[in-house]
Amino acid sequence: MSGMILRLDDVHTDIAQYHILHGVHLDVPEGGVHVILGRNGAGKTTTLRTIMGLWRARKGAVIFKHHDITRMHVSDIARLGVAFVPENMGVFGGLTVAENMRLATRDGSFDTARLDRVQTLFPPLKTFWDKQAHALSGGQKQMLAIARAIIERRELILIDEPTKGLAPAIIRDMIVAFREIAAETTVLLVEQNFRFAGALGQTVAVIDDGRMVHHGQMAELVESQKLQDRYLGLSMAAAE
Amino acid sequence: MKDLNATFERFGGVMLLPVILAIIAFVLIGRPATWITLTAAGLAMGMMIFLMASGLSLIFGLMDVLNFSHSAFVTAGAFVGATVLGWLTLWIAGSNPVLNIVGLLMAIAVAAVVGGLIGWFFERVIIKPVYGDHLRQILITVGGLIVAEELILMIWGGAPLPVPRPEVLTGSFIIGEVSIEVYRVFAFGLGALVYLGLYLVLDRTRVGLLIRAGVENREMVEALGFRIDRLFIGVFMAGSALAAMGGAMWAGYQGLITASLGAEMMILVFIVVIIGGLGSIRGSLLGAVLVGLMANYVGFLSPKVALLSNMILMMAILLWRPWGLLPAVKR
Repeated sequence: MSGMILRLDDVHTDIAQYHILHGVHLDVPEGGVHVILGRNGAGKTTTLRTIMGLWRARKGAVIFKHHDITRMHVSDIARLGVAFVPENMGVFGGLTVAENMRLATRDGSFDTARLDRVQTLFPPLKTFWDKQAHALSGGQKQMLAIARAIIERRELILIDEPTKGLAPAIIRDMIVAFREIAAETTVLLVEQNFRFAGALGQTVAVIDDGRMVHHGQMAELVESQKLQDRYLGLSMAAAE
Repeated sequence: MKDLNATFERFGGVMLLPVILAIIAFVLIGRPATWITLTAAGLAMGMMIFLMASGLSLIFGLMDVLNFSHSAFVTAGAFVGATVLGWLTLWIAGSNPVLNIVGLLMAIAVAAVVGGLIGWFFERVIIKPVYGDHLRQILITVGGLIVAEELILMIWGGAPLPVPRPEVLTGSFIIGEVSIEVYRVFAFGLGALVYLGLYLVLDRTRVGLLIRAGVENREMVEALGFRIDRLFIGVFMAGSALAAMGGAMWAGYQGLITASLGAEMMILVFIVVIIGGLGSIRGSLLGAVLVGLMANYVGFLSPKVALLSNMILMMAILLWRPWGLLPAVKR
């Protein structure tokens, strides 16, 4: 596991009677942004939720920094330093922005310097600090969800489709923010927006029908029309 | 219509509803003294129902548990409270107002502690195995309710139990033609204090923050590193203790209680929880005040439709706001 922060080894996950992941293998290097791509229903979200312990793997192992977290409770996985930003953002609409952020701190208090950095990264959060989160726009909610994941130092951040439904201008801001976040931690990103993923990712894994069908460097996939056609059925040009 | 809604929100929104209801009742009743008496009675009744409903609302909202045995905690609280009052007859029937009040508060406190302990037993033995399964929750909590009611009958018997009222809380305040029972003022004050306490815990403490977040999205709270299941037992015990406290207060209000007290109150309690919004303490308070006022006003104006009036109130509110007046989860 040298140089790897996370390893999935032959992971099988069922949801109710459906067998979703069919022996997923995945190695995530420490540091930077790593992307899982795949069409709708391929098993991307299930992979993230299985890592986080929100769905249990029936077979196989999830290893995070030498800890076998396959059977761990989700809160214990979080306490090991894994943050999760779900597809629906998981923002608490009835709480203020400040309360949402405070919940993500270990002891209820903020490291002022870190809070300043997060608010600089996502300025609307400072503007709406005392407002209830349900009043935020979709992009602002996504900022809050990501800010919550980085308000404390984390080892690994799992993010599920952060650009879904966002305007292009906000996506450009997100790219800048993710580059800064990736300078101090590891990000595992699930995406369908290939331009966004291509701009950020260092490595890429493509999942199809619950199996990883491709691993490699993102630059290689971005450059290769042939690989894009084979694994994604689209090209960067088409994505534009 | 948009302007009307904006104006309504600007002047207090749904918090205006009890005022609007009171104004309509004032016009229909026509006699200010009677109206004041009924309003005071409605507010006191509302506060006692609030005690019973707030716990159920939190249990629904945070734990997603359909607890049909909640009325057992109300009944148990009423009987325990009545029994303690019986033991302390010398204190509460005497002329010392301090001993009167201490006796009553002790009865309410013992009822709350017993309610909390019964709640702990229910959660561990009956509820825990059926988390996440609503059908089984309904079946097993209804079963638990039947057993609890039979146990109450076994311990206290089937005959109605008289509940002594502390001397200092008997009689009424008479101001001109207005007559307000002293016990009702006490019930209102105690309910307001409990609401204030709940508000402070939920709004100003980290545990309260976790409970409010958990009502919205339990999974996300756990993904932030908290064991929310460890909060469940505390919330269930607190909810049961509040129900028992409400039962003890209601026992003193009624003066004569039977084992069906809790079941009779549950219709109103469920109406309050539904119209207030699941998991919302402010919603429970607003719903309870509306139900208390409606029951008293309509009980005076047209006694035959008193209960029906609250059903109609619930239907009207659900047609207007399907998630209740002040839902905890903002969509």
